[in-house]
Amino acid sequence: MKRLLVVTLIAGYSTLALADVKVGVIVGATGPGASLGIPYKNTFGILPKTLGGEKVEYIVLDDGTDPTNAVTNAKKLVLEDKVDLIIGSTSVPTALAVVDVANETKTPQISISPLPGSNGKSPWAFSVPQSMAIMMKANLDHMKLNGVKTVAFIGFADALGDQIFNGFAPQAEAAGIKIVVAERYARTDTSVVGQVLKVLAAKPDAVLLGGSGTPGALPHITLIERGYKGPIYQNHAVVNKDFLRVGGKSVEGAIVPTGPVIVADQLPDSNPTKKVSLQYIKAYEGMFGPGSSNAFSAYSYDAYLLADRAVAIALKKSKPGTPEFREAIRDALESTKELVGTHGVYSMTRTDHTGVDSRAVVLVRIENAGWKLIK
Amino acid sequence: MDLQITLLLGQDGITNGAIYALLSLALVLVFTVTRVIFIPQGEFVAYGALTLASFQAGKTPGTLWLLAGAGILVALIDLKIALAAGARQRIARILLWNLGYPAAITVLIFLGKPEGWPLAAQVLLSLALVVPLGPMVYRLAFQPAAEASVLVLLIISVAVHLALVGLGLLFFGAEGSRTPSFSDAALQLGSITVSGQTLWVLGSSLLLIAALYQFFGRTIYGKALRATAINRTGARLMGISTVMAGKLSFLLAAAIGAFSGILIAPITTIYYDTGFLIGLKGFVAAIIGGLASYPVAAAGALLVGLLEAYSSFWASAFKEVIVFTLIIPVLLWRSLTTHHVEEEE
Repeated sequence: MKRLLVVTLIAGYSTLALADVKVGVIVGATGPGASLGIPYKNTFGILPKTLGGEKVEYIVLDDGTDPTNAVTNAKKLVLEDKVDLIIGSTSVPTALAVVDVANETKTPQISISPLPGSNGKSPWAFSVPQSMAIMMKANLDHMKLNGVKTVAFIGFADALGDQIFNGFAPQAEAAGIKIVVAERYARTDTSVVGQVLKVLAAKPDAVLLGGSGTPGALPHITLIERGYKGPIYQNHAVVNKDFLRVGGKSVEGAIVPTGPVIVADQLPDSNPTKKVSLQYIKAYEGMFGPGSSNAFSAYSYDAYLLADRAVAIALKKSKPGTPEFREAIRDALESTKELVGTHGVYSMTRTDHTGVDSRAVVLVRIENAGWKLIK
Repeated sequence: MDLQITLLLGQDGITNGAIYALLSLALVLVFTVTRVIFIPQGEFVAYGALTLASFQAGKTPGTLWLLAGAGILVALIDLKIALAAGARQRIARILLWNLGYPAAITVLIFLGKPEGWPLAAQVLLSLALVVPLGPMVYRLAFQPAAEASVLVLLIISVAVHLALVGLGLLFFGAEGSRTPSFSDAALQLGSITVSGQTLWVLGSSLLLIAALYQFFGRTIYGKALRATAINRTGARLMGISTVMAGKLSFLLAAAIGAFSGILIAPITTIYYDTGFLIGLKGFVAAIIGGLASYPVAAAGALLVGLLEAYSSFWASAFKEVIVFTLIIPVLLWRSLTTHHVEEEE
């Protein structure tokens, strides 16, 4: 037993001596966010063995989509594993929970889920996904173009539903579009007939849906079943293959804002993200099979790209495993300029830790069980 | 809210209520016979529906491996006990049910290619696969602690629930599935259309309830279950095996759960963890019935279904809150009106 302990200690020191870059990854691969968490996690299996030119070790922990677990995982990663950077977590509440730990321990965090609210404005936290406002603006522009005056909303009765609604409502109001009904449902609900009937009774020009993954298909299917004929706008959280499988014919014709990576092969060559996206798709589908690439794992890939650049710069200033190195990563992330990723082109500043613009959104229409770019 | 909306919501509420009624009956049955508050009831709903969906997608459902694994475990434990007791005559039976049966199902799935089968045959195969998990779960998790207090049994129940949900995620993935409806026929009733699947749900529920009534009233096994429910020790003295009663009640509960899942899979999307919430609503209904009365539980289930449908129209964000808050006045009323004497502790 004693000998074993000595051996482990030596092993521990020897890894320290090598000073690999250590990245802690927190994902919600189980629990209610599992459908997004699993692809988010998969990306870390296809990444190169180096980060910023230095050998890298990814320590991937599952938080079960539970903020308490996310905090425990983050503390473990920082205090025990001495990571230089945290990537994660994959849902809004868990990612926000990690922000506190990142702040406290002065560890840079790249969140692969949006970080809404004031808590997300921490100097140590960065986030990859497009803000809800940018995504909803694309929907709104399309509505304005097509003369939509009234909109009904059906979304999740949770943080995501609120976020989508709050990303849409203020802009819609400013544009003179009225939200006539706002209804909620739970991810595990077996029926949304009540909500849909209320929407139909209000006779809106268009319906905006705020669910994610396959549960996002339920109100969509019910609307069509109950004879709704108007346009349906979705949000980017439904963009996966399973949504199309479960939604089937009902979701045909829906309009969805998403990152350009989803329709990379349909983009003109002039689009800067096309090349990076095709690289990512090749690597991901090489590992997980044709058609497996998706928006969520692409966010993880963009987090890797951001980290790759920042670590390369930080390595010139300091050594992995030190507080100076962590600070150098943070500063380097803040200086990101026109970094091309799969979802957009990232330019961070001291005050902007999201750093994407309208180049990070495309509108697609669901046609023949696939995503078709709306030109 | 006009008449048509009221009717549509009522139809939706009754359909969901019928499923909650079936589940609440299973919960009452399991509780009265074994004193287990059967939280994993909902997992059988999800397993039944998703196993059927796997067959239709041409995949081998993971529940097959669970059946095989549980079968091997049960066989090992039972063989050890049988050998220690010198009861060699039991060995053939143990091997047949716990190893032979899963093996036969496996062969059937791999050679039979069930994706091409008619829907009815797929449904039967899904039931044949999922239902035996009920008694196996009882054998592995609850039988060794059958005489423990209600609280201990509840804790075991929570553990089994968590284990089955985790396995469900592993077997079926995080995304949901739907299956095609049993029939595309629709019934025109005045201004509203009742879909064929809704009729299937209502018809099957009524039929199952009637069948259960006959089973408990007319058959020797049904009477044995009732006797165990009324007085465990007394039933035992009369020669009724409590182990048999426990396994039988779990068999029925698993069958009701899996069949409910198959019934609603065409109406809604089923996820690996959908079952818990459906089961919980069945539980609210069972509580209304005081975990003892079948008819009150069934009526409570309809109430839950209707309440859910109308509150989803009026206050959708608070729907779950309204449904689960129902439990508080019911418990208050129950504790004020019944003079229950604790038989243990």
